[in-house]
Amino acid sequence: MFLQATLINLGLLAGLIILGLVVGIPIALLQVYGVRPLRWLASAWEGFFRGVPALVLLFLFFFGPAQFGVQLSAFTAAILALGFRSSGYQSQIFRGAIQSIPRGQMLAARSMGMSRLQAIRYVVLPQALRLAIPAWSNEFSSVIKDTTLAYAIGVNEVLRQVRYIADRYYELAMPAYLTVALIFLVLTYGGNWLLGRLERRWALPGFPMRGAEERIERGREIAAEAAR
Amino acid sequence: MERERDTDTSRRGPDEVVLRVEDLHKRYGREEVLKGVSFEVRRGETKVIVGPSGTGKSTLLRCITRLTEPDRGRIWLGDVEVTGRGVDLNRVRASVGFVFQDFNLFTHLTALDNVRIGLLKVKKLPKDEATEIARKQLEHVGLAHKADAYPAELSGGQQQRVAIARALAMEPKLILFDEPTSALDPELTGEVLDVMVALAKEGMTMVVVSHEIGFARAAADELIFMEGGVIVEQGPPDQLFRQPKYPRTAEFLRKITALYGETG
Repeated sequence: MFLQATLINLGLLAGLIILGLVVGIPIALLQVYGVRPLRWLASAWEGFFRGVPALVLLFLFFFGPAQFGVQLSAFTAAILALGFRSSGYQSQIFRGAIQSIPRGQMLAARSMGMSRLQAIRYVVLPQALRLAIPAWSNEFSSVIKDTTLAYAIGVNEVLRQVRYIADRYYELAMPAYLTVALIFLVLTYGGNWLLGRLERRWALPGFPMRGAEERIERGREIAAEAAR
Repeated sequence: MERERDTDTSRRGPDEVVLRVEDLHKRYGREEVLKGVSFEVRRGETKVIVGPSGTGKSTLLRCITRLTEPDRGRIWLGDVEVTGRGVDLNRVRASVGFVFQDFNLFTHLTALDNVRIGLLKVKKLPKDEATEIARKQLEHVGLAHKADAYPAELSGGQQQRVAIARALAMEPKLILFDEPTSALDPELTGEVLDVMVALAKEGMTMVVVSHEIGFARAAADELIFMEGGVIVEQGPPDQLFRQPKYPRTAEFLRKITALYGETG
């Protein structure tokens, strides 16, 4: 029973974090490179979704569209509400990473005839995404647990199941809550372990990432080997 | 003067004007950095620009392909007016190499990929052709064996040589060098200057902002002395060193000779 419910949480997580990513990166790019009206729009989006409580967003997305005759399922509403919310937070992670790339990189790309979009795609983003991983793993750890908030609009996720048990069988309440705690501990730890592996795999000399130094070391060893 | 203004740019051959800058002005806020700069570069020429810092030398270079937008004045590259309406700036920039003081190699790419990326993404060459050209240019600057190294694994001098290879790979009509050795330790400037001298001898057209007097003497067809946003004096290096028209030129050249000596 918990397993099935946990899968719903994982489904919510996948939906919301991907939505947050594909919306968050463009928001960050607009804030850094956009013309003024678009920059304002991006900042308004980011401000709204970071400024409104998650539960309020859930209610707005669940009950709001119904007012206009559009009935979203609780699951969809939860992904939209939490995903857009995450896009606000993720946009700031990516904005920081983009702005930490030295200006000379963009300048060099433009000087060889790349359009701004090409420079962003081939030069800025590949570097910024690497630098964003540590902060992004923070966002991941945060939103994975936020999926339990969806119980408030009736999504059959794991916390709702536990509440169901706890309300009925008082003596099982503590073990049930502890089980949920354990489930999320394991999921968060596992996710961060995967992200750590990604960080190492993407590590390059010259980037302040886990594994970058080892790569330089390994490169030196290979070079020394070859010299012999 | 009238003859020089004649815009018969269809001429080819050694006299072909590659770059013409006319009455260029640029202002940053209240400060006018360029106050009407004009000069010409012919095919195969190397011009070295010297002058005190804050004189607008770097701004001048960046204005040439409008990486910095000039306020006033006109610029021609061959018969294309860079300052004209509707000009395809990306195409213009693809034909002009730019070598920066801080190298600005793409940090996430190997030396080979740095040299190759413009060929792939701007010139849209097929991968094997781009790779071949890139390897040849790395060899040209003596770094074929560093093709797989990342910028962080290279010395400053090596990074700058990769940057020169990156510029060369695009087969530019002209290369602009913005203080290419200023960020280097003295013992590393030599290897970069050697590459540049060789390029000048091979007939590359170059505009170089640099205080390396040795380089200017060895490779420059003309030395341009800029101060306060204008060209004070220009001419063959020997002439400027021996009999400058203005005392200010003499004074400045004496100073940088003392500082940078006769290396290179």
